[in-house]
This record gives sequence, C-alpha cells and structure tokens, in this order.
Amino acid sequence: MRPSINLRSLVIAALVLGLTLLPVYVALSGDRFMLTLFTRIVIMAMAAVSLNLILGYAGMMSFGHAAYLGIGGYTTAILCFEGVTSGFVQWPAALATSALFALIVGALSLRTRGVYFIMITLAFAQMAYYMASGAARYGGDDGLSLDTRSQFAGLVKLNDKATFYYVCLILLFGSIALIWRLTNSRFGMVLQGVRSNEARMRAIGFPTFRYKLAAFVIAGTMCGLAGALIANHTDFVSPSMMFWTRSGDLIVMVVLGGMGTLFGPVFGALALLFLEQFLPAVISTAVRPFDAADAAKAGEYWQIVLGPLLLVIVLFARGGIDGLLSSLSNLVQRGKQGNG
Amino acid sequence: MADALLEVDRLAKRFGGIVATDDVDIAVPEGELHAVIGPNGAGKTTLISQLSGTLIADAGRIRFAGADITRAPAWRRSHLGLARSFQITSLFLDLTVLDNVALAVQAHAGHSFHFWRNARREERLRQPARAALEQVGLAHRADVRASLISHGEHRLLELAMALAGQPRMLLLDEPMAGLGPDESARMVETLRGLKRRYTILLVEHDMEAVFALADRITVLVYGRVIASGVPQVIRANEEVREAYLGEDDNV
Amino acid sequence: MTLFIEQCLNGLQFGLLLFLLAAGLTLVFGIMDLVNLAHGSLYMLGAYFAATFAAWTGSFVLGAVLAIAGTLVVGMVVEVIAMRRLYGRDHLDHVLGTFGLILFFDELVRLVWGPGGKSLAVPSWLAHSIQILPGIQYPAYRLAIIVVTLAVAAFLYVLVMRTRIGMLIRAGASNREMVGALGVNIKLLYTLIFGLGAALAGLAGLIQAPILTVQIGMGENILILAFVITVIGGIGSIRGAFVAALLVGFIDTLGRSFFPELLVNLLGRQAGATAAPALSSMLIYILMAAVLVVKPQGLFPAGSR
Repeated sequence: MRPSINLRSLVIAALVLGLTLLPVYVALSGDRFMLTLFTRIVIMAMAAVSLNLILGYAGMMSFGHAAYLGIGGYTTAILCFEGVTSGFVQWPAALATSALFALIVGALSLRTRGVYFIMITLAFAQMAYYMASGAARYGGDDGLSLDTRSQFAGLVKLNDKATFYYVCLILLFGSIALIWRLTNSRFGMVLQGVRSNEARMRAIGFPTFRYKLAAFVIAGTMCGLAGALIANHTDFVSPSMMFWTRSGDLIVMVVLGGMGTLFGPVFGALALLFLEQFLPAVISTAVRPFDAADAAKAGEYWQIVLGPLLLVIVLFARGGIDGLLSSLSNLVQRGKQGNG
Repeated sequence: MADALLEVDRLAKRFGGIVATDDVDIAVPEGELHAVIGPNGAGKTTLISQLSGTLIADAGRIRFAGADITRAPAWRRSHLGLARSFQITSLFLDLTVLDNVALAVQAHAGHSFHFWRNARREERLRQPARAALEQVGLAHRADVRASLISHGEHRLLELAMALAGQPRMLLLDEPMAGLGPDESARMVETLRGLKRRYTILLVEHDMEAVFALADRITVLVYGRVIASGVPQVIRANEEVREAYLGEDDNV
Repeated sequence: MTLFIEQCLNGLQFGLLLFLLAAGLTLVFGIMDLVNLAHGSLYMLGAYFAATFAAWTGSFVLGAVLAIAGTLVVGMVVEVIAMRRLYGRDHLDHVLGTFGLILFFDELVRLVWGPGGKSLAVPSWLAHSIQILPGIQYPAYRLAIIVVTLAVAAFLYVLVMRTRIGMLIRAGASNREMVGALGVNIKLLYTLIFGLGAALAGLAGLIQAPILTVQIGMGENILILAFVITVIGGIGSIRGAFVAALLVGFIDTLGRSFFPELLVNLLGRQAGATAAPALSSMLIYILMAAVLVVKPQGLFPAGSR
C-alpha cells in the first residue's frame, strides 16, 4: 500500500496542523476553555493510542486499561503528597508502577482466552479501584489533590496551560510515532499475526505468550504516562478514574476511531469527548422548538442517544471513523478516475 | 536399521467416550513419504494434531530426531524441524501472500523482539519467503491479500508456509482438499518434487495421489492401525479393501 | 459465635442473590454465546419496577410479580430489537453494543424516575425476626430471600435437567444447527431464554431492593461480581454458577466481617486498619485469579453441566 495524497491523509494532516496551532487560536480568540478541553482530548487520545496497540493491532480485548490511568496518576499524586514534586522522579515512577502492574496482570491474564480474558482484565482493574478506594491516607473515595504540578527544575513550567498542552501534544505524537515503528517491525508483525490467527502463529513456531505479554506491558506503561499527565491536568486523582466503565470509554474511543490504524484513536478521542461536550447542546436545540422549558434539561440525557449510537456503529460502521474516511477516499478516487 | 526420524509409540487420545486414537504405532525413516489413509472419522486429523502439538496425547510417546516431543508445545516442535499444513485453510487472511510466508520465515530467524526496523524491508526474511513461494509456484501472487486468492492457491500457500521454516519433516493434512483435477495434478507434481529433500507424513483421501507418491502407507480405521506397509501390500490387503478401498472406486 | 452464624447466613443469602444474577448471565453466554454487559441494567429495572408497582398496588408481592413480568417483557423486547443482530459476531461487538445499552438504560431510568434513588420497604409481614436457634434471631425477610432463591435454583435445575425445553437448552449450547434442523424455532427459543435470564436478573434486583439499594448505576457495581462468578464457575454452567456464587457470597461477607480483625492481629493496629478496607474488597478477585491460575476454564468448564 503506497502512501498517497487522498482525502484521508488530507484530513489527518489537517488534524495534526489543527492540534499544533490550537494554542495560537486560543491566544487570539481568548477562548481558554478550548485549551482545557483539547488538553484533555490529547491526553485521552494518548491513552487510546496505547490501548489500540493491544486491542487494535494484537486483538487483545483488555477491559481493564483505565487502571493504568489511575496507577500512573496515583503514583504521581502520592509522590507529590509525600513531598516528592520533581517530575524527573514522578514520571519514571509512574512508568515503572504501570509496567509492573501490567506485567503481573498480563502474566496471569494471558493464560486465558476470549471472554475469560475480558473478565479477568476487568476484575484486575476493579482490584486497583478498590485499592485506591481503601487507601484512607490518600483520600480513599474522595480522591487526592495535587498541590503542585510536576516540577522539572525550571526547564518546563507545566503550570502554564499552553506549555502543558504542547508537552502533552509532543508526547501524543511521540507515542504515535513509536506505535508506527513498532507495528511495522518484526514485533508488530507478530502482533498482527496473533490477531489474525493465533493458532497458526504457534504452529509456525512463535511462542506467542511472551510477545503478547510484552505488548501488554508496553501498552500499560504508555497509558501510565497518560495517567501522570491527567493528574497534572486536573490537579486531582480519584478511584473513579479506574472504574470499569472508564475502560469501556477507552474501548469505545479505539473502536469509534478505527481499530488498528495509527490515527484512529485520536479520531475516537476527539469524537467521544466532542460528543460529550456538544451533544447536550445539540439535543437541547433539537428539543427547544417542541418544549422550550425543558430543552436544557433534555440535553443532560445525551447518553440516551450515545448508547444506541454505539450499537449502530458496532453493527454498521465497524471500521470506525478511519474506515469511513478510507471508504470516502476510495469513492473520491474512483470518481476522479471515472471522470479522468 | 537407523532410528526413524519420527517414531510414534502406542499413541492414544480420547474425547469423552470416543476413542479418537487407539494405540497407534508409526515409524517414518528420514526421506520417506509415508501416507496415512482411512475413511472419514478415522482420526487422521486428530493424529496429525497430536504430532504437531495442537493436541496433546493422552498416552503413548512421540519421538522426533531422537527427542521426546510428546508433551512439547507446538511452537517448539516447529523449531525442532517439524512443520505442518492444515486441512482447513488456516492462513493470515488479512495479510499478503508474501507476508504470510515471511512470518513463517521470521519464526525461525531468531527472536522477534525487534521494535524499530521495518520487517517488510528485511531481505533476510523476504528472500527465503520468495524462494518458498517459487517452490510451490505462487511467486506471481506475492503481493495479493491472502483473502483474495483462489482455494487452490490457498492450498499451495499452506504448503509454502510449511516449507518456509526449513523443516526436516512435513506433516501434510489433506493438501489436496477441495482441489479440482488440474490443481490436484499440479499439487502431486509439487509434492513429488519435495520427496527426497523432506521427510513427509501425508494424510490424504485422493487415492491416485497416495499410490503415486507414497513409499509406505498406514491405514487407520476408527483410530487404530489396521495395516501398514508398501503400497502393493496395502492394495492387496483384504481387511483394507473391505473397510476402505472397497468403498472407493479410484484404485 | 452469634455473629458468625449471622454472617454465615448473610453470606448464604448474598451468594444466592448473586446466583440469580449469574445464572441468567451464564445461561445466555453458554447458549447464545452472547456477552451481555447490560444484564446489570435489567437487575436495576427489576428494582425500579418493584418500587413503583409496589407503591401503586400497595402490595409487595403484587409489585414483585409485576416487576418480574416487566423485566421479562423488556428483556424480550431488547432481544428482538438488539441482541438478535449480535449473535455470531465477535465478542468485542457484544461488549461494545451492550455497553451502549448500559448508557441508554441508565439515562432512561434517570429520565423516567429522576436522579435520586427510590425505596422499597420490606413487606410488613416479613419485617420481624425469627428465632432460628436458641438465642439467635435472624430477619425474616432475609430468610425469605434464602427460601425463594433456593426454590428458583431448584426450579432451574428441574428445568434444565428434566424438561424438553431444558434438553433444547443443553442441546442448543453444544450444537445450534442441529437444534435448528430438528425443527425447533431457534429464534423463539433464544428470545425465551434471554427473557428467562432477564426475569432472573429482575428478581434479583427487586429482592435486594429493601435491604440494599434502588439507584442508577447499581447494575454496574454488581455486574462485575456476576461476571467473576461466571468465570470462576465456568461459562455456561449453572451448577458452576451456583457453587461459585456461594463461594463468593461467603468469602465476601465473612471476609468483610472478620478479615479486618485478622489483619489487625497479623499486622498490628495501624497497618491492619489501613489495609483492611482495600484488601477485604479484593478477596474475591484474588479468589478468581487463584482459580484461573489452576483451572483457566473455571471450576466446571462447558460440557459438564
């Protein structure tokens, strides 16, 4: 498949450009809310990118990925609480704890298959949730605040919103670049083979367990970094970050955006968080002509639309947004050829 | 006589109340093409699965090149030089033909904890893969998605993947399943070309092919061996004729 | 000692309640190969229906019957509209689709009943304690739960093992095409089975309402436990679900009561008190991990009904 200039790559280029220039727009328009929203989108996109590695490329349905957001976040917050505010210590620690948790969970879970795997990863994430809930010293159910953001000896000031946004964006692009190299490497070919036909992989001589475990650890570690970022973003962590429905949200992002594609997770995070932001308003507007009084309230029930929407996507648009773009690109291509 | 390359001793496998493999003995010396035939339900695929490691036997012993592999996992048997093709096509359908074979090469080209270099540009993988495709006559389809090639080409790809890992012995499970007369003839010639270089255990229904290629034949009925020997002996064996060849007019 | 017996009974009652929930889940998964995350939503609906119908009719029992009927209907409707399209698809599709249903039902309940929870009182004729052993009193309602759920378990056993429908259920689990070829209306069978699962979930929901909760999102919390039980017991096995549910019920209840004390004894007051809440909640997951390490297919894997 030769890279070509088509609709899809144009959209991706526009996306990258748009994300890069966002702070400029914010500076000009004064719309600070957009910066906050997009920082969150970028961080969640990074979490989705990490999940895409194991779900999209390797076909491993992990339902406990949100746990790593919590583990990375809590490591950062706990260190901050205990007086260690240096990012040079916090962030590597977040990576290390996430990697360790992924190693243990992976070693135990990857012995199972199919729905058992889904359930056991989910259960381990719940365990992490309960650990955090039960940790009275660190706020328990109420969560833990961060007094300061991670300090980097003055090199970068994360307190500045624009700076923080760019740090997150660079890490997101870095993650995508890493995934790009990874998935085309020998390691990536093994993962793709595993997704396609694991039994055959073993028959031709691959000890698949170790590669799946490695992918699981890489994904968990990357997500742990996203967790450290989100702790800095909201200056707060709570056990609810790890509740299993949050893992569901991540899966939705990956599938919605297009599984096993480089930019799919970004599309997915954008789409989901956009829907979260704007669907209420859309619904309110739609309801207003019929019932002005309750229009605003109606918007609050946006998930009533999202729920069935997910079902519809699952049934009819499996390739997600990226898939949709590819189909459109092909249509345009064929249209051009027809006219040319 | 030298030890056989593959020795199967009193192999047995049950599924609940059903005895799928019943006290099977087979010895295949190096370089031989040994066919296993039998009516449907005789347990031929179950036998191959136990030899390749997809299933683990309940009792008995399997030795390959002197090593006891009875409980070894499939991937390790592959590394010892025992390769298998599948009766029901089992390929990587969303990858290209070349990618499929390259993966089989990759499995035997050291470990795969390489995260940076583009595997599709590694000549160390691509070159042997192309060679295997040449051997089966599929080189011209290298860049086509596996899901888009014909059934006959699937069977050839199955074979190419088994060859790609430079095995010592091939376990071929009905390589001619679903092939028409032309394609079958082509497959027989391809297999004939492989005969001396590889030791082969061939499970097949196509009697013409079996009698054309086999050095020795084992007949399996309801999981047990009822006869084993050179083709002429098998052809003449009364029990075999009754149980099996009698139903089949192709002899 | 009194406390111990009481907690044992509580564990039994909780375990049986979980069994109701897990039975429906494992049935649907075992027969239709469908992972249904929205099972918890049916549980929630059972509770809400019961609270509403009991208030309307003034009778707990009548409310309960109507609630079960209501959940049954909702279940069958959902099966026809949504689930049918998911059969035979990847489990990922099931997970996503039913996840969407969870969101939908949570919001629907919020729309119809409002964000605050509801309450359902223990019926007056069960609102006392019974002396089960000299010196030991136990709430009548909880005893009733034990009796009712055991009765349902017995009913399920008879249904699956001794009736024609049960045979179809067991046959359908192992060979869908065969059952279809026998002229049995598979579509109808599946709808009924799903309905049965829904009714069991609804029953569980309404039963626990007076002693636990009726609120949005209650399904999400207990669903995990139900899945853990299904995995421990072996997917598709009702017997497995029964054993696993009782195990989980006992370990969770007794664990929460006595484990903190044990920890304090082992680790000292400070450490024990800190670790207790978290560890007690984790006991069940530790159990699941332990079972899966030894038996990756659960205690009673499919094929051993």
